[in-house]
Amino acid sequence: MSDARPPLVELRGMSISFGGVRAVDDVSLDLSGGEVVGLLGHNGAGKSTLIKMLSGAYRPDAGEIRIDGRPAAIHSPRDARRYGIETIYQTLALAENLDAAANLFLGRELRSGWGTLDDVAMEVETRQVMARLNPHFAKFKEPVRALSGGQRQAVAIARAIHFNARVLIMDEPTAALGPQETQQVADLIVQLKKEGIGIFLISHDIHDVFDLADRVAVMKNGRLVGTAPTRAVTKDEVLGMIILGTCPAAAIPGPGALAAGTA
Amino acid sequence: MPPRRGLADLFRATEIDARLVGMLGALALIWIGVDLLSGGAFLTPRNLWNLSVQTASVAVMASGMVLVIVARHIDLSVGSILGLVGMIMGVTQAEFLPKYLGFDHPLIWVIAFIVGLAVGAAIGLLQGAIVAYLGVPAFIVTLGGLLVWRGCAWWVTSGRTVAPMDDAFRRMGGGIEGAIGANWTWVVALIAFAAIVWRTLHARRRRRQVGFALRPIWAEVTVAGLACLAVWLVVLVANSYDLPPRVAERIAAERGLTQGLSIAHGLALPVLIAVGVGIVVTFLATRTRFGRYVFALGGNPEATELSGVDTRRVTVLVFVLMGMLCAVAAAISSARLNAATNALGMLDELYVIAAAVIGGTSLGGGLGTVAGAMLGALVMQSLQSGMVLMGLDTPLQNIVVGLVLVVAVWLDRLYRSRTLKGSAG
Repeated sequence: MSDARPPLVELRGMSISFGGVRAVDDVSLDLSGGEVVGLLGHNGAGKSTLIKMLSGAYRPDAGEIRIDGRPAAIHSPRDARRYGIETIYQTLALAENLDAAANLFLGRELRSGWGTLDDVAMEVETRQVMARLNPHFAKFKEPVRALSGGQRQAVAIARAIHFNARVLIMDEPTAALGPQETQQVADLIVQLKKEGIGIFLISHDIHDVFDLADRVAVMKNGRLVGTAPTRAVTKDEVLGMIILGTCPAAAIPGPGALAAGTA
Repeated sequence: MPPRRGLADLFRATEIDARLVGMLGALALIWIGVDLLSGGAFLTPRNLWNLSVQTASVAVMASGMVLVIVARHIDLSVGSILGLVGMIMGVTQAEFLPKYLGFDHPLIWVIAFIVGLAVGAAIGLLQGAIVAYLGVPAFIVTLGGLLVWRGCAWWVTSGRTVAPMDDAFRRMGGGIEGAIGANWTWVVALIAFAAIVWRTLHARRRRRQVGFALRPIWAEVTVAGLACLAVWLVVLVANSYDLPPRVAERIAAERGLTQGLSIAHGLALPVLIAVGVGIVVTFLATRTRFGRYVFALGGNPEATELSGVDTRRVTVLVFVLMGMLCAVAAAISSARLNAATNALGMLDELYVIAAAVIGGTSLGGGLGTVAGAMLGALVMQSLQSGMVLMGLDTPLQNIVVGLVLVVAVWLDRLYRSRTLKGSAG
């Protein structure tokens, strides 16, 4: 994974505080095209907050984001989308009163020659993407409220991959899914990886991550404990990173690593 | 749910909104009931024509209130904005402009109307910006506005009533001068027929292009036919309400007619304005990005923000639109009264919000239709003028309207919870 080319995404020294609490403290992390990086940690470790800075939802207090080696100005979700960064939020971030097509195109609607919404064209494209993700899906006219958890997830994923994403952020993508749907998401991740998309996979379940990620990055109390190639570490070692903040020998320690554990 | 065949399936094939049909049914019940109780005084061309004119002002504001409520806000200040804008338009046309242009200058009504729209938009801009950028809840901002704008209206003339209005301006309020006559009414009807047919054909062609399922021909014909029938009935009513005999005689004499003693009113201008506003706001709500974002905002504000939508700007625009519609309503009300008074639009906020809610707008946001709200306004006005015809006292009228509001929303909730369970299956 270490070419001469700069990585697709570099996060450098990212920090953000909320009301005096350092939610994310000096975290640096990178991601290459076609790579899956699993971001692990307890609830409240700062995973989602870190990722929301990349997706434009939060503005960092300090730090720099580089895309293809060049500094990127990401001040809003719109900016992030412009860089090809798409996010599937844990909450899915769907407007429940709108149908699948309206959600898929929210913020970048297709329009007719007169500038009006082209709902028919949007539905046509939605049918194409959804056919790939969930071939049995048929509730195109109904509000998202009427869909099952897996169907909603499919809409959220469709929205993220339909616009030629280069970087995909998946925040707990399988938390609300059954075993079969979880497998579908896993297959999709493998497929997207082949297409050269870089993926941040956030989870508090290390089993998910171990099967899919090339590297794991562990956060604790807002700081990076360390990163390691998934193959070079065991699940127990990663659990140690998550719970204790110790860093195994095969891992590259971050500022959050427990000093005694590295000796 | 077990599959029900027969009538229910046939109905579904037409893709008619069941809620709207329910409201039309309720309206028909009220009309027939009130007509029976008032000894046949309600379902007369004259009363229905007056009813349509009385509904116009609240209907115009209700169409904007739908978007405000859909976006999870509320506007309690609409009646006061109407009062202030009415007063400013009154002073502009009756006291300010005549000094420079002379009385009855053809531009007076245009300038007065534009000034009114600008003031309405500015008030909406101010209130919307406070809601969107300063984060003060709309309930509080517009509750303050309710007092502030009513106070400002008093200030414009120190409480003095401004009258009379400009002749051309007065047409916007209806009355004999503000009716378009039988022939023009037919022209409007023909345009409506053409629009209905065009819409049907256009939708069908678009669906065929992309290979979506088409509605059965009989369903298309039925729906378009019913719409045309409704237009035709409205025209019949409007054209069978004759001008008073003396006015008809005068007009006949002016035009050199000898046998023109029965001249019909035709549709009233304020009604046409209200219908026009309804069409424009429906277009904004369903066919533009702005409308899509308003609904998305009501469904999930955070998700809308994360989708890169400038939600604050959308919020401000909703209030600007509301302010401008208050100005349109102010023109209709003050023109109808032929005066701008300090009490103009008093308590209208309650009727407007009630109309929107009776029309199926959910106070939780994200749900509502302009057509429903305007129909809601018609239901409210029907009840009120019906009770007047029946000779009920004002306190009793208020009690009935209040009860109807609560019952209507309760029925709507019942209906919604049932259909939702059905579709989620």
